[in-house]
Amino acid sequence: MRRLIWLSVVAACAIAYPLLMSSPFQQRLGALVLLYAIAASAWNIVGGYAGQVSVGHVVFFGCGAYAAMASYAKFGLSPLFGIPGGIVLAVGLAAIIGVPTLRLSGHYFSMATIAVAETVRLIVTNTEWLGAAVGLSGPTVPRNVFDLSFLSSLPYYYLFLAVLMITLLVTWWMTNSRMGFYLRAIKDSERAARSLGAPAARTKLYAYMLSAALTSVAGALYAMMFGFVDPESGLGILISVKILIMAALGGAGLLFGPLVGAAILVPLEEISNSWLGGKGAGLTFVLYGAIIVLIARFQPGGLLALFTRRSKPNADTGAGHAP
Amino acid sequence: MSFVLVQVIVGGLLLGAVYALFSSGLTLVWGMMNIVNFAHGDFVMLGMYVAYVVYTLMGGGPLLGAPLATLVLATVGVVVYFALIRDIMKGPMLAQILGTFGLALLLRYSVFWWFGANFLSMPPNIVGGTYAFAGLRIEASRLLAGVVALLVTLGLHLLLTRTSLGSKMLAVAEDQTAAQLMGIRPDTMQAIAWGIAAGATGLAGALIANFFYIVPTVGETLGIVAFVTVSLGGFGSVPGALVAGLLIGVIESLSGYLIGAVYKDIVVYVLFLLFLWFRPQGLMGKT
Repeated sequence: MRRLIWLSVVAACAIAYPLLMSSPFQQRLGALVLLYAIAASAWNIVGGYAGQVSVGHVVFFGCGAYAAMASYAKFGLSPLFGIPGGIVLAVGLAAIIGVPTLRLSGHYFSMATIAVAETVRLIVTNTEWLGAAVGLSGPTVPRNVFDLSFLSSLPYYYLFLAVLMITLLVTWWMTNSRMGFYLRAIKDSERAARSLGAPAARTKLYAYMLSAALTSVAGALYAMMFGFVDPESGLGILISVKILIMAALGGAGLLFGPLVGAAILVPLEEISNSWLGGKGAGLTFVLYGAIIVLIARFQPGGLLALFTRRSKPNADTGAGHAP
Repeated sequence: MSFVLVQVIVGGLLLGAVYALFSSGLTLVWGMMNIVNFAHGDFVMLGMYVAYVVYTLMGGGPLLGAPLATLVLATVGVVVYFALIRDIMKGPMLAQILGTFGLALLLRYSVFWWFGANFLSMPPNIVGGTYAFAGLRIEASRLLAGVVALLVTLGLHLLLTRTSLGSKMLAVAEDQTAAQLMGIRPDTMQAIAWGIAAGATGLAGALIANFFYIVPTVGETLGIVAFVTVSLGGFGSVPGALVAGLLIGVIESLSGYLIGAVYKDIVVYVLFLLFLWFRPQGLMGKT
């Protein structure tokens, strides 16, 4: 019950935010927080719940971004039509990466994801049809509302909010389904889970594919908001880094962890960029690196785990009394 | 035509020896502690910058730069072990990967922030000119890098297999508790392993700095090369890393020459993925 009240308060704040904070900078900031929260929540499914650290998640982001822009630039369709195409691409790619590597130990999976992301980035950078190093652009002047090209960030804000809610619902539904139980068992001890009959490799693969599909949607939304995609902004390893650090900072494997991480880091980056200008780019990532190291060293569960840990003893004793 | 091919293969072997050198550091740490250092390529990058700074500030050539880079990086390795690795080793896999990955970012962008994103390079004749052997033209800097890297890699292998220090390290890798009962301190051995591994990257970095482009993001590519080498050679195996490093150097050079320079990285990455598909235990590894 208390949880429900908290949820509705947070949801009300999220809906009211752009009306209360109505400057373009604030609205854009809000939309970006939501966008990264979508991507980080999608990563959380495989990185947090399944415990498989994908370091090349940007490749799925790029699938969505490039599919959306290609559907406009190459076929003259609304970028919206790119979303299903991006999802198909991302899920297919996830299967190709996941089938061999998810059987191996976690390190191999992480490395394979980096290698795939870099390979795709290099290939796209050298592919004329996808705009090579310049990238693809969306509609400069919208033909109709379905081109999703707005000057204000307000429509994007609510669009992203809706998608984020769907993402969180899917994640919540997954954790409470059979798959969620399998994932938790596998994360605790894969060998034990397998011996009890949980299909470990297949469950991890499904989580990876689901995560890839949602990440690709985030990529498509990103490309629509910015109106273009190039190899750096759509496939650069730094996008992966941002996604991963947001989820880890907030709390990997917790439903609202990525949201908290995005709400802290996106404003931090925007502010440091506007203060420091071009020189800030390097410094932002120095800070990101330092934050990741500190989380890994002192608080691997993320910030939200601080609160759950504090309330846990009560929950444990409660469970103990009611067998 | 075929003469050019020989030239390309020799160039690949010389570069491959350097790959083998820094990869044997990764394979040592991976095999001994089952932890993958995602910052390994960035250690090599640091070695390159140390050599660069030694040259620009003191005018010192590789004779001063290489030992200094080895020493600096070995120190970095030991510090990183005590400050970070020792604790995250016992943590969940997420913490292990995040910890070293965060370290990679920290190093890469500190250098980026300090030196900028520009491509730096050493003067072309810092080691010496170009030798001609029976029609083959070999730059002195590449020859030096290849030969030194080969010798040091072999030395590392001997250190691990023929000395009491190596035996102690192997004992820790095999069974920490048992090693402790024999009076070996796992902590010290693992710190030494990190020092050796990082020192190897420092030396490798200083050696290739003489002819490679020096840029903060070079560690990313070199890190992947190290992963490919270790997974080809089988983790924990220095001879495996040597064979795999030479092989990858040759493959990279050949594909750069035959297909085009922009595709040489793609070829190596795809090779890595194919290996993960079909032979995850590596070329010489056991099933």
